[in-house]
Amino acid sequence: MAGAIQDLTSIRSRTRPRRATEESALVRWTLISISFLFFAAFLLLPLVAVFAEAFRRGAALYFKTFTDPVTLDAIKLTLFTSAIAVPCNTVFGVAAAWAITRFQFRGREFFSTLIDLPLWVSPVIGGLIYVLLFGSQGLLGPWLIAHHWKIIYSTPGIVIATVFVTFPFVARGLIPLMQAQGIAEEEAALTLGAKGWQVFWRVTLPKIKWGLLYGIILCNARAMGEFGAVSVVSGHIRGLTNTVPLQIEILYNEYSFAAAFALASLLSLLALATLGLKTYIEWRARQQLEQSQH
Amino acid sequence: MKRRILPGLPLTLGFSIGYLTLVVLIPFAALATKAFSGSWQHLWSVISSPRVQASYRLSFGAAALASLVNGLFGFLTAWVLTRYRFPGRRVLDALIDLPFALPTAVAGIALTALYAPNGWVGSLLAKGGVSAAFNRLGIVLALIFIGFPFVVRTLQPVLLSLSEEVEEAAALLGATRFQTFRRVLFPAALPALLTGITLSFGRAVGEYGSIVFISGNLPFKTEITPLLIVSKLEQYDYQGAAGIGLVMLLASFAILALVNAFQWWNAHRVNPKH
Repeated sequence: MAGAIQDLTSIRSRTRPRRATEESALVRWTLISISFLFFAAFLLLPLVAVFAEAFRRGAALYFKTFTDPVTLDAIKLTLFTSAIAVPCNTVFGVAAAWAITRFQFRGREFFSTLIDLPLWVSPVIGGLIYVLLFGSQGLLGPWLIAHHWKIIYSTPGIVIATVFVTFPFVARGLIPLMQAQGIAEEEAALTLGAKGWQVFWRVTLPKIKWGLLYGIILCNARAMGEFGAVSVVSGHIRGLTNTVPLQIEILYNEYSFAAAFALASLLSLLALATLGLKTYIEWRARQQLEQSQH
Repeated sequence: MKRRILPGLPLTLGFSIGYLTLVVLIPFAALATKAFSGSWQHLWSVISSPRVQASYRLSFGAAALASLVNGLFGFLTAWVLTRYRFPGRRVLDALIDLPFALPTAVAGIALTALYAPNGWVGSLLAKGGVSAAFNRLGIVLALIFIGFPFVVRTLQPVLLSLSEEVEEAAALLGATRFQTFRRVLFPAALPALLTGITLSFGRAVGEYGSIVFISGNLPFKTEITPLLIVSKLEQYDYQGAAGIGLVMLLASFAILALVNAFQWWNAHRVNPKH
């Protein structure tokens, strides 16, 4: 994902390849056709199926899904969860990227790997660890029960599981960009007498804004769509601890297919909007990086 | 070694380490503590029971198959996207990330609708006597969907960075286009291809959301390991869940180590003697 930012260094995009290093038209178009076919069959068809199934019983039923109070509660909980998880992870991502790209310290590699952890463990493990910590038989379970605090099968558990699966995104979006940009401008600002926070707000933040936005958008998409981790800690209490993806599962298992797919189409639109924004931001970030390197 | 000129190291590092300690390190310590809270024999009997072993075979086998398919088609797609200009290229490039952006539960029900015996693809397969949904084939198909972008996105920058001079030299020395590909381009892209396949494999091993709908979840047959963790938790068998979780975590560490090894190889292959 972040690798796309490095594309600008390619010479290939500016000069046309010559004949000797090009395949024949037949080979070219066969390969292009195969990748389009694969893409259509494996990636596009599921997306089309979501909308086809959602509207199968007509538009009236489609829109009726979004008047159901339980579904509205699920939408509210999803919005609430990402409204907490995304800002927390944004602050964390900026701090972590600053530490990693601006300084050399012992354990920097390990720290950087640790940030990626949620990307390579199963989302189920992201829920499991919090049940083992906060659940009724978890390490802190008896203490939490004594103080009448409920984390698992309740909103705090859903928020913390979401924070876990989404914390790498902002840091991942920023680290390659900040590494490529370097620190010359920050150093110049300091020499001219700016204070640390002034440097951050006036110099660094404008420089990294597209990379930051990129990370926030991916973080938000994952926060609103997370299923595995949230499913483990939620307890599936109707109207209380069901996020949109969990509500989709419940509707589907109750054979309310039209409603399940209607709700799924909402998340699909979110995914498409995310991809559109992401493509736009990648383009802007590339421009910004080119400017800062000139 | 750079001198510390910029301020903010204690603040940013302190905050992010504190954050990671709360969100990651303490909960993972809880996982390890729970897994070892009983006797070793009990832990071993849980993680090596026949039903759990069957789930390992399924999770790792299906993930391996799906990531190999993705390796083939991902390489092809990355090649086409970086080398050729054709109408629809930008749209194709942007939509490759669809599986990253689409929530897994949505992918799960969509794929099930597609591959169910009455679905668009499932009904065609049923005519040939093949059942995809609620079967192992369905699991592999779902894993192909979620793992595809890893291969493409890992390969794209590497294919772009291959220097054209080497290809021209090969052509001048009389190599056919296919020889140049097999002897020059493919070996240079191989480490990145293996990295992408391994990333796709790692993601597939832990995948949950898109599988639970399509697999049918039959013990010994279509029950994946992450699902077993969930069912152990539902039975309040915390130690069992922690034990299986620990096995999966160790597998993830091994996969990550493999990814790092391939990336190291890639770095030393693309820029020799840097």
